[in-house]
Amino acid sequence: MSNQEREPILSAKNLRLLKEPLGKNNPITVQVLGICSALAVTVKLKPAIVMALSVTIVTAVSNLVIATLRKSIPDRIRIIVQLVVIATMVILVDQLLKAYMFDVSKQLSVFVGLIITNCIIMGRLEAFAMANKPWPSFIDGLGNGGGYGIILIVVSFFRELLGSGTIFGYPVLEKLGLYKAGYENNGMVILPPMALIFVGLIIWFHRSKDKSLVEKR
Amino acid sequence: MKHFSNRYIFTFSAIMVIVVATLLSLAATLLQPAQERNLEIEKKKNMLESINIPSTRENTETLYDKYIKESFVINTKGDVVEGVDAFTVVLKNEQKKPLDEQYLPVFKAVPNDGKNVIIIPVEGKGLWGPIFGYVSLESDMNTIYGVNFDHKGETPGLGAEINTAAFESQFHGKKLFDNDKFISVQVMKGGAPEGDNHGVDAISGGTITSKGLQKMLFDCIQKYNTYLLKNRT
Repeated sequence: MSNQEREPILSAKNLRLLKEPLGKNNPITVQVLGICSALAVTVKLKPAIVMALSVTIVTAVSNLVIATLRKSIPDRIRIIVQLVVIATMVILVDQLLKAYMFDVSKQLSVFVGLIITNCIIMGRLEAFAMANKPWPSFIDGLGNGGGYGIILIVVSFFRELLGSGTIFGYPVLEKLGLYKAGYENNGMVILPPMALIFVGLIIWFHRSKDKSLVEKR
Repeated sequence: MKHFSNRYIFTFSAIMVIVVATLLSLAATLLQPAQERNLEIEKKKNMLESINIPSTRENTETLYDKYIKESFVINTKGDVVEGVDAFTVVLKNEQKKPLDEQYLPVFKAVPNDGKNVIIIPVEGKGLWGPIFGYVSLESDMNTIYGVNFDHKGETPGLGAEINTAAFESQFHGKKLFDNDKFISVQVMKGGAPEGDNHGVDAISGGTITSKGLQKMLFDCIQKYNTYLLKNRT
């Protein structure tokens, strides 16, 4: 990491890079990127969390690499270079998971490979890392991965709770005695379309809290 | 924007490709032993689960040596084929061979209740990719003692539910044969009727995986037909 900046490591500007994607500029609810994987991996909490971490790592490291190379990357092939960097990172993450976190890698299966197609990563490389220094780019990657992850975790929390009646596989609703009172799991919540509705609800909630996000007519 | 010559672009791409290729092949080679070991442990763990013995990654190997007594390979005529290690047989490759050349692995085990069971590996297709597992049979070669299923990429919460205890435990005590006729186990949408010897409940939202599982059980166990009928006790 070549970090020759004079400003402190976590200056106000860098902190903003970290915080904004978590709320005001969230990749899923505001930029509406990375929706596809948000639908696929949010049935259970645990895969969602590992997915969130993997995406955060891939975004941050790819951002770092591209920002370091940004002055030497030929403009005409920059998209290819970005893709190669992302693909390399994703394969490395996948291989590492297979070697050291076998159970989790089994749960995520194809979705790790599909991180390559996550628009958030490519978007950050093109929009941020190509024009900024390595350290802020790294922070930006962490922030955006985190913003993506938060939504994933919130959605998967509700989907696992309402769809399977569990949290981290622990049968919460059964222990509360809800089934005896006639409650039944909502099978529809497990299906992908309901994830979209949950994301929609989050967007609604988010905008009602922060009016500046609402488009002017 | 700075102008880059064609020569620069070609050199840049060439270097990039070489660096990436080196990095990835290095990672693949270095991580391969760990990954293969994981797969081996996983296989033993699944086999133990099919005879209802839970194991953790740490104690799998010890338990495997304790419970699995014998392993051998048979052919579709039910005769033992000498000189093949049953553990290393890859079912996917066998299924591509002509039927009478296929190796069919059999594992003999004695779980805690002292019963003599055999374990049969099965492999088939789910919705997104392969599904596989182990079926253990009691010594009447008809009653299912336990099963373990797993999958490569079924949807979490839907098809992936085939490897939950809730689904697998349904198979306990189901019968494969009706007199001498091979029926296998049906996975029924909407739930199997009470007391049905050959039916289990399908997974809601996982219809294609359920159907694939049913086909896998039928296709794979059918090949053992002769052996099973011959070795009944």
